[in-house]
Formats: sequence, C-alpha cells, structure tokens
Amino acid sequence: MQFEMSSLMPVLPEIFILSAACVVLVVDLFLKEERRVVSYGMAQISLLLAVLVTLFTATGERQILFDGSVVRDAMSDVLKIAVYLISAGAFLYAKDYLRDRDIFKGEFYVLGLFAVLGMMVMISANSFLTIYLGLELLALSLYALVAFNRDSVQGSEAAMKYFVLGALASGMLLYGISMVYGATGSIEFGAVSQALANSGVDKRVLVFGLVFVVIGMAFKFGAVPFHMWVPDVYHGAPTAVTLFIGSTPKIAAFALAMRMLVDGLGVLHADWQGMLVILAVLSMGVGNLVAIAQANIKRMLAYSTISHVGFILLGILAGTGKGYTAAMFYSIVYAAMALGGFGIVMLLSRKGFEAERLDDYKGLNERSPWFAGMMLLLMFSMAGVPPTVGFFAKMFVLEAVVSVDMTWLALVGVFFSIIGAFYYLRIVKLMYFDKPVDETPLSAGLDTQVVLSVNGLAMLVLGLFPAGLLSICAAAVG
Amino acid sequence: MTFELIVFYLFSAILVASATMVITRRNPVHSALFLVLAFFSCAAIWMLAEAEFLAIVLVLVYVGAVMVLFLFVVMMLDIDVATMKAGFIRYLPVGLLVTLAMLIEIFLVVGADNFGLDKFPSPAPAAADYNNTESLGNVLYTAYMYQFELAAVILLVAIIAAIGLTLRKRSGTEVRQQDPSRQVKVKKGPDRVRLVKMEAQD
Repeated sequence: MQFEMSSLMPVLPEIFILSAACVVLVVDLFLKEERRVVSYGMAQISLLLAVLVTLFTATGERQILFDGSVVRDAMSDVLKIAVYLISAGAFLYAKDYLRDRDIFKGEFYVLGLFAVLGMMVMISANSFLTIYLGLELLALSLYALVAFNRDSVQGSEAAMKYFVLGALASGMLLYGISMVYGATGSIEFGAVSQALANSGVDKRVLVFGLVFVVIGMAFKFGAVPFHMWVPDVYHGAPTAVTLFIGSTPKIAAFALAMRMLVDGLGVLHADWQGMLVILAVLSMGVGNLVAIAQANIKRMLAYSTISHVGFILLGILAGTGKGYTAAMFYSIVYAAMALGGFGIVMLLSRKGFEAERLDDYKGLNERSPWFAGMMLLLMFSMAGVPPTVGFFAKMFVLEAVVSVDMTWLALVGVFFSIIGAFYYLRIVKLMYFDKPVDETPLSAGLDTQVVLSVNGLAMLVLGLFPAGLLSICAAAVG
Repeated sequence: MTFELIVFYLFSAILVASATMVITRRNPVHSALFLVLAFFSCAAIWMLAEAEFLAIVLVLVYVGAVMVLFLFVVMMLDIDVATMKAGFIRYLPVGLLVTLAMLIEIFLVVGADNFGLDKFPSPAPAAADYNNTESLGNVLYTAYMYQFELAAVILLVAIIAAIGLTLRKRSGTEVRQQDPSRQVKVKKGPDRVRLVKMEAQD
C-alpha cells in the first residue's frame, strides 16, 4: 500500500485535530498559571480551523480509504462540523466555571480535543475495528474528564461507575462483533453487508451477535434498560463536563448506530428494528416519568436525555432515508439544546455554589429577564413546543415512523412527550411565577452571554426556518 | 482421540478451573496468581491454533508485565476482602440463574451446530517456513495503519489521564518532596551532615 497525499487528504481533519491536541498539550506545559487562557484559546481556534479544514477537503463523494477502514462522505462532514461547533460552545461555557473552582487546567482542553477526535473517528468509521477504537478514545477521555475535579468524592464515584459500566459495554460490543466476524469473515462494513446479502450465512449466529452489538450501543447511548450510569454520571461530574458529555457524544452515538446498524448490518434491519422498538419505548417512558420526580436539575436533564435518546432511536428504527434524516436532525438539535440547558445551569452557578436544585431557578425572570427568556426557549424546545426547533425535530421523527406504518409507536412517543412537557414547563413556572430565593446578580463574561444568547435564539430561528438544516441532513443521508 | 485434542482439552480444563479460582479465592494474591495460570493455558491453546506470535505476546505482556504489576498493586494496597465479598451469597442465586441462562444461550449459538467442524473446517496447516510475526507485521503497518495509529493515540490519552489524575503539587508539610536543585547545591561539611549526640539506650 502506498501512502500518497490523495489518500491522506480526506483524513486531514482528524490529523489536524490530533496535531492541535498535541500542540496544546506541549504549549500548556510552559504556561504560567495566570496565562492558562492561552491553552483555551488554542483549543477554540483549532476547533474553528477544523471547520474550515473539513469544508475545504470535502468533496461530497463517498470515499473509502485505508483499505476500507475509513469512510468520508457527506454525512461525516455534516456531523463533524456539528461536533466542532457544539464542542467549541461547551469549551466556552466551561471556562468561567472551571476558573471559579480552581480546575482551569490545560488538560481539560487537551482531553476535550481528544474526545472530539474520538467522535470524528467514530463518525467516519468504515470497519468495526475503527469504530471500536474511536469509541474507546472518546470514552477514555470522558472517564478522565468526569474525575477531573479530583477533590470531589462525587466526581470520583461517578467516574468509577462510568468506567466500570463503560468497560462492560465495550466487552459486550466486542463479543457481538466477534460473532459477526465469525459468521461473515470480515470486520469491514462493506464486506460484512455484502456477505450478508449472499444468502447462506448463518442467521442465528448473526442475530446473536447483533443482540450484543445493540446492547453495547444502547449502553453508550444511555437507552433504557442500560441507562443506570447516566443520572449518576451527569450528577457527579463537574457541570462543565456534564455539559460536554450531554451534548456532542449524542451526535457520535447517532453516527455509531448509523455506521454499525445501517452501513454494516443493514440487511438485518427486520431483526434490529424490533430491538430498537423496545429500547425506544422504554427510554421514552422511563426517561420522562422518572424525570418528574427529580429535584436536582442535572439529574432531571439526565433523564430528559434518556427520553430524547428514545426519539433518536425511533428515527433510526424506521429504516428509511426519511427516518435517518429525522434522527440526524434530532441528534444535532438535541446536542444544541443540551448545550444551552447546561449552559444556563453554569451561568447561575458561581464560586462555591452550584445551581443544581430546581429551587435555584425560582424567580430567574426578576434576576435576569433576558436569560430567563433564553431558558424558556430552551425548555420549550426540549418539551417540543412550537415554534421552537424541538417541535420540528419530534415531528419529523414521528412522521418517519408513521410513514412505515408504525402509527402506534408514534402515539406512544406523543403520549410520553406530553408527560415530559410537565417537568420542562415546571422550570418555566418556577422562573416566571415564583419569588427568587437567591438575589445574587448573575456574573458571566461577555463571551458567555453572547454565545448563550445565540444558543437560545438559535432554537427559535431554527424552529422558524427548519428547512435549511433539514435539507442539509437529507442531502447528507442521501 | 488425537494427541492435539487431548492437549486442547487438557489446557481448556486448566483454563476453566483457574478462571473459576480467580473469582472464588478469598486472597487477592491467590486470585492474581490463578489469573497468571489462566493466561498461560490460554497461550497454550493459541499456540495450538498456530497463533505463535500472539501466544508469546500474551505470555510476555500479560503474564510478564501486566500481572506482575497487578500483583505488586494488590500487595501494596490494603484491600478489605470482607467488604468486597459482602453480598456475595445474597446475590449468588440471581447470579447463578443469569449465568445459567446465558450459558445455555451461548452454547446453543456457539455450539457445534453453528460452529462445528463441518461448517468451519480446520484450515490446512501452514508451511514450515511460514512466519507468523512477519505476516502480522506486514498487515499491521499497511492495511491496519489507521487503526494502529489510533491505538497509539489511545495510549497517549491514557498517559495524560493517568498523570492528570494522580500528579499533585502540594505545598507545605503535607507531603515531603525532593527538590533536586537544592540537593545539588549542598556543600561539604556541616551543611551535609549533622552530628547528634544521643544517650545510649539499652
């Protein structure tokens, strides 16, 4: 095999982010404590440059590289750009939070960039081995980030739980992959799906392997009944890390499902559809019902994530181009919503105080009408109230499910999202109709305020004009 | 029964037995030693499957390095076995039930029906001059170059994570630390040695 520029250009975004992470790592060593902001700036600039690099190397065609290990197509480009932008937002919100808690260190951004790299690898994986390595790279960075505040007992406990369950899930996934390999003789998605198309392969072994692959994937998604780690990790991790875990990895998880189930095991659609139906219904049910009982906003948002994952799975299980488009739209929109939601939590937190309890949101309108408005938009969007974008995300998914004659599933989805609307609207009620408990003025840098406003308004703007993003997703799924 | 089959069953039996011992021993050092035995019998089975290079790597890396390190850690840490084992009996029935169900399912799938010799005949033995290491090396740096690089990145992240989570710079008397620059600056004479007169004790 020859390594030429033509075979390296399509993976330039990955090479760029890897180099950037290494440069930040080295430069950070020579920085004085008060100049730490330089590492942050470098991480941000590299994410923004990565957008340009991805755009300039995009050809729009489907390219398979490195002997079938990597694929570069329109979907990977769109998802990668979404990952860069949302990660950049997460880094920005995290800055003040970390500084207030004396954990503003270069490692946060280095590990963050490596996590971004892991997600990029997953997004353009074309073999089970590549996708597994990308997943581990992401997971390893996240374990370290969860334990980032070393003096926090809660953080260490959450990291330990995350690590043990994550390792178990990886084991399941690998076992499933080994079964698929045993039955088809290949780990490359193209070859696997070709082997599946030739009848004569043993379906029993394949479905057995598929079960483990789906379980491993459900763990990573945090779908019920494999969701046990989600609330504890969201709660225990520093909010800056929760924000990161809660947003972009959902896009990567969507890519994981698309690559493995659709590109690789697409022929077995009838088999995995049933499994995803169970996961989706349980996730929507348990997520929405348990979220009502939470008094801690981080736990509440964790359960809300679980319910949103159910919706993403609905789009994937439809198994049509329309369904995939809807699921892709949903995962990108959800990542942006989660970014904003946790961004507000961090905005209200300050040195020595975590705005974790729901009571901390009482009377936010009197303290800051503008950010109460932003939170209102974000909560409406999560609940799926028109004209915010969350409504359209849910509508597209439900439309896709109805179009494959699974109307009952769409009804279940609507039913649970109505139940879910309760706890989102409860926050709105607390903000607007209750007296504030805490009168401390909000202190946030101008950059955070501007980006948070853009983040909140984006929910409204995307909701008013959803066609743009939707057509990008539709073109990407192709 | 051929000689090969006898060897296979022998090592498999040792493997299963030692794996059981790993999880049932009270003493963590014994568990670690049984794990070494399990790895070793596993290496022997791989050798039987003509995966010589992997078998040797398993012994060198896992038995030679990882397990020795692991034993070292187990001996250094004061592990309270009683709390670790708490609830073992209570959860045993459920655990056994789940294990049994999974065992039956796995056996139905991985058993002779689906992976029997008629479905997957044993490949022709490799020629005497066939070099396992060479053929692995040939694909590792060409066909699997991308994955190989990724594995390297994962190791780098592991180093960063481990150092980031454990390196602490503490000041004051909390932890006694060496300061090499001060050590070097020490001069001969009273700077270096302080003689203390003490009463002899019996």
